[in-house]
Amino acid sequence: MSDYLFLVPIFPLIGFLTNGLLLGRLPRPVVSFVGCSTVFLSFALSVMLFFELKAMPAGLRVIEQVLFTWVPSGDFHVNVALLLDPLSAVMILVVTGVGFLIHVYSVGYMHHDPCPGRYFTYLNLFTFAMLTLVLADNFMLMFVGWEGVGLCSYLLIGFWFEKKSASDAGKKAFIVNRIGDFGFLLGMFIIFWSVGSLDFLVVAEKAPLVFAAGGALITTTCLLLFVGAIGKSAQIPLYVWLPDAMEGPTPVSALIHAATMVTAGVYMIARTNALFIMAPDALLVVAVIGVVTALYAATIGLAQNDIKRVLAYSTVSQLGYMFLACGVAAFTAGIFHLMTHAFFKALLFLGAGSVIHAMSDEQDMRHMGGLKKYLPVTFITMLIATLAIAGIPGLSGFFSKDEILWKAFSSQFGHPLFWVLGFITAGLTAFYMFRLVFMTFYGKERMDSETRAHIHESPKSMTVPLVILAVFSVIGGLVGMPHIFGVTNYFEHWLEPVMAQGQQAPASHALAAGGGDTGAEWGLMLASVALVLVSIYFAYVVYNKRTELATSLRERFSALHKVLLNKYYIDEFYGAVVVRPVVYFSLFMWKVFDVVVIDGFLNGLASRYEEVSDFVRTGQTGRVRTYATVFVFGVVVIVAYLALD
Amino acid sequence: MITLSAYVVVAMVLFGIGVIGVLVSRNVIILFMSVELMLNAANLTLIAFSRALNVLDGHVFVFLVLTIAAAEAAVGLAMVITLFRNRETVNIDRYNILKW
Repeated sequence: MSDYLFLVPIFPLIGFLTNGLLLGRLPRPVVSFVGCSTVFLSFALSVMLFFELKAMPAGLRVIEQVLFTWVPSGDFHVNVALLLDPLSAVMILVVTGVGFLIHVYSVGYMHHDPCPGRYFTYLNLFTFAMLTLVLADNFMLMFVGWEGVGLCSYLLIGFWFEKKSASDAGKKAFIVNRIGDFGFLLGMFIIFWSVGSLDFLVVAEKAPLVFAAGGALITTTCLLLFVGAIGKSAQIPLYVWLPDAMEGPTPVSALIHAATMVTAGVYMIARTNALFIMAPDALLVVAVIGVVTALYAATIGLAQNDIKRVLAYSTVSQLGYMFLACGVAAFTAGIFHLMTHAFFKALLFLGAGSVIHAMSDEQDMRHMGGLKKYLPVTFITMLIATLAIAGIPGLSGFFSKDEILWKAFSSQFGHPLFWVLGFITAGLTAFYMFRLVFMTFYGKERMDSETRAHIHESPKSMTVPLVILAVFSVIGGLVGMPHIFGVTNYFEHWLEPVMAQGQQAPASHALAAGGGDTGAEWGLMLASVALVLVSIYFAYVVYNKRTELATSLRERFSALHKVLLNKYYIDEFYGAVVVRPVVYFSLFMWKVFDVVVIDGFLNGLASRYEEVSDFVRTGQTGRVRTYATVFVFGVVVIVAYLALD
Repeated sequence: MITLSAYVVVAMVLFGIGVIGVLVSRNVIILFMSVELMLNAANLTLIAFSRALNVLDGHVFVFLVLTIAAAEAAVGLAMVITLFRNRETVNIDRYNILKW
């Protein structure tokens, strides 16, 4: 079975080629079938490979498949090779599993779109690129996938390119991502320069011999890799593209901008945990950026009115949690949250898509309300996802978020301040998510009568994926329950071989701290649950029971509300500091340097040539006897010269 | 006995007449004949020196020149006829469209 590993990314590639080459020639059902079935085949194969991997002894769970040599250039040797280990196995299951459900959902969601072929082509190409990214066994192939998903993100954000805002958002996403990619590339150069190889396994093995732990070189390398992760995973200061990316179709937001692509940065850091663990300074930067982003994005989420934008800022905030986990060397917790987040955030986006679909493309929550009775399935599943992301005990989000918070507090690289900020974020998360639920599904029906007449529950192809994702949002966390519950943390055991070096330090730290930690862990857990419940009650009071309170609060804190509504004016700030100077500089280079200097020089040269030749060509009279006279005169001169010499 | 210098002088005179003919003549046929005159002046020189130096190279050259001159005359006259058909004149000064 392991010989067929390469088929996991190849199936979506086949789908991409089929739909792409026969664009516009295939009928809609065939397009949908090809798009979905290829991803399903990948998923089925991934499940089989997972069980094969599980059957192997814990320490030897690595399947490597070298397909061909890509770059044989002296010392620089890169293979196109796939690596399946516990980490990438989790990733391919998430990518193909959630991806398949979103493909199915798309069939219903894009039912009225005139270009389903183009849509599924892009979506399959994305799945192929994402699988390449997570299955790559070296940095270079990973970078190919990394750029591939960036390209697909651009294409799908700008899917409705007739809309200027959509095509602008696509460009913004691509350009901002390029900044991060540049850092990733530089980090890759340093790794090859010092280790002499780009294979993950070789780098992990040789890194302790090559780099001085905590040295400047390893810190620089890790920070450069982290710059790549910041761009892809939308962290401060490069998060600005993600909220704008909501211009794309909603299933795209669910797949690319919530469940899979934006988590690539977290995956990359987990994949290179052997390097990061050697650079405590870099880890500190990762943790600080992660936790600040989590809190910062959560505060913006409080004031947004567009249902998808609330979810977008929520995604940025949750990604911040994952980076916080990576920053305190709890890579397993980061990947765990990545997985549970993929379930409940994909579900939230798909639910939001279902709402938008029902509301005739209305996205403003101020025009919704009371949808509970119209959209029962969407309501129940979205409520489950909301409870999961808020961190209600027993649901998936609770276990993963709680593990991150605990590690932020207890890890050797952790700090109580990290916990406090993460704790506040958890409260804010619960508040803004329940604000969304109350504004959308409860209260007065604020839509106009025509929209209300059209409200309908979504078709089966959309509700079935919602239900399946809801099930996983509930049970997805059970694989990684904390030790204090007296059960095995299967998820941690599963990833242990990959994270061996990563987990060593915190483990020894925990041993040194002794058994007193258990009480603290219970205490912190109860505190966060209490905060979440209070936040939910607060949201209930403000946005459901006494809605006039929302207005009065908004008026009392109008300045703060305005700042939050305008996202701290960061877009305006970047516009003034980066975009405008670049535009003016480009204008100068065009209007002055190019037109006046370069064109002026060349045109002037051409005019001088013209003047000279205007004069010279007057000698060409067309009179044969003139030519003959000049010719004879020339002969006489030459003969005279030879005779006199 | 006619001296070598006499031949050379005759050849020079012939060549000079040819050159002047080319320069002053407006009639393309006369111009063409003047060119032939210059060719034959050169031939005369070759023969004269060949005789004076008692070698055959000059003769051989002259035969070569005569042969090529015959071919050239055929082509040249054909061009003259074509020109005449097109312009209805043999005045060389009227063949002046190839200019700036």
